Amino acid sequence: MATLHTVNKSPFGSSVLDDCLGLAKSGSTVLLFEDGVYAATTGTKSAEAITNADGITFAVLGPDAKARGVEGKIADGIKVVDYDGFVDLVAEHDKVHAWL
Amino acid sequence: MKLGIQINEGPYQHQSSDSAYQFAKAALAKGHEIFRVFFYHDGVNNGTRLAVPPQDDRNITQQWTELQKEHNLDLVVCIAAAQRRGLMDEDEAKRQGKDANNIAEGFRISGLGQLIEAGIECDRLVTFGA
Amino acid sequence: MAKKFMYMNTKAPYGTIYALESLEVVLIGAAFEQDVSLAFIGDGVYQLTKGQNTDGIGMKNFSPTYTALGDYDVNKIYVEKESLEERGLSLDDLQHLTWEDEDEDWAEKDSIRLVSRSELADVIEDQDVILSF
Repeated sequence: MATLHTVNKSPFGSSVLDDCLGLAKSGSTVLLFEDGVYAATTGTKSAEAITNADGITFAVLGPDAKARGVEGKIADGIKVVDYDGFVDLVAEHDKVHAWL
Repeated sequence: MKLGIQINEGPYQHQSSDSAYQFAKAALAKGHEIFRVFFYHDGVNNGTRLAVPPQDDRNITQQWTELQKEHNLDLVVCIAAAQRRGLMDEDEAKRQGKDANNIAEGFRISGLGQLIEAGIECDRLVTFGA
Repeated sequence: MAKKFMYMNTKAPYGTIYALESLEVVLIGAAFEQDVSLAFIGDGVYQLTKGQNTDGIGMKNFSPTYTALGDYDVNKIYVEKESLEERGLSLDDLQHLTWEDEDEDWAEKDSIRLVSRSELADVIEDQDVILSF
């Protein structure tokens, strides 16, 4: 059962992304949205961890990255989706695990 | 696909309700069904009709009310969470001996069972919180 | 057919209301006869500690309610071992939560299952619905 994990916190003020990555199984997807998008920006430890994570797909919610002025700083290889893409991710996975 | 949405945070303080609204609009446009939107914790504050945001800002409650009208959405405010936070409809105000009510158009107040039911009935439950 | 519901508890009690209101959902949800599990990870493990006393903060101590969960047939309570250890805690620091097994002449059994992160990942993988608090 593939899971869509959603993370909405900056990795600098919260351990939520680490907690999520600790429990996310291979084959799952992590969607970074709201303040979670900062985790995918270049030059950060989290972006490095993300691009090296094995078997987990990462996506960033574009409108949130754009709102925060970091749309152009999303690390290579991380998919950027809009709200339509968010909906598709929800539909394509068996369940959604919101990391709060 | 049948979707349930849970919103755990109040308007303006957190992005949760805005994110959920954008998600709901996109899901409806794609032809998905939204079985229910359940407002819990401070999320119940999305259902007050007495908020007056600045004119150049979005009115989150009104956005939900309009989306509800357009798609006949089931917007449910949790009664237990609402009672704590002073959100009530006319019936509840009468029952509690309060002199006013503040629930916005398109929202209804009901029990926590409505969240469990959404979990049972929906293909996916999507939670927005902090 | 019953769905597998998992309540994810990630926050400490009292500082915010999430723990208390999560417990309220669990109690109501018990009536729906679904397959219910609770997970406590991160600061969520602090919800289950022994010796909570709120006399000095003017709030209700709701920790005794966790000991009643067994009576609601809520008896799969997963606590992540790593989260406990990171916080200098062990199982002995948590309340003893039990349930009575009707199929075994009401034998008293432990509700808490101490699991590693990877074991918990497997349990979560198997769920149908995740309720996050």
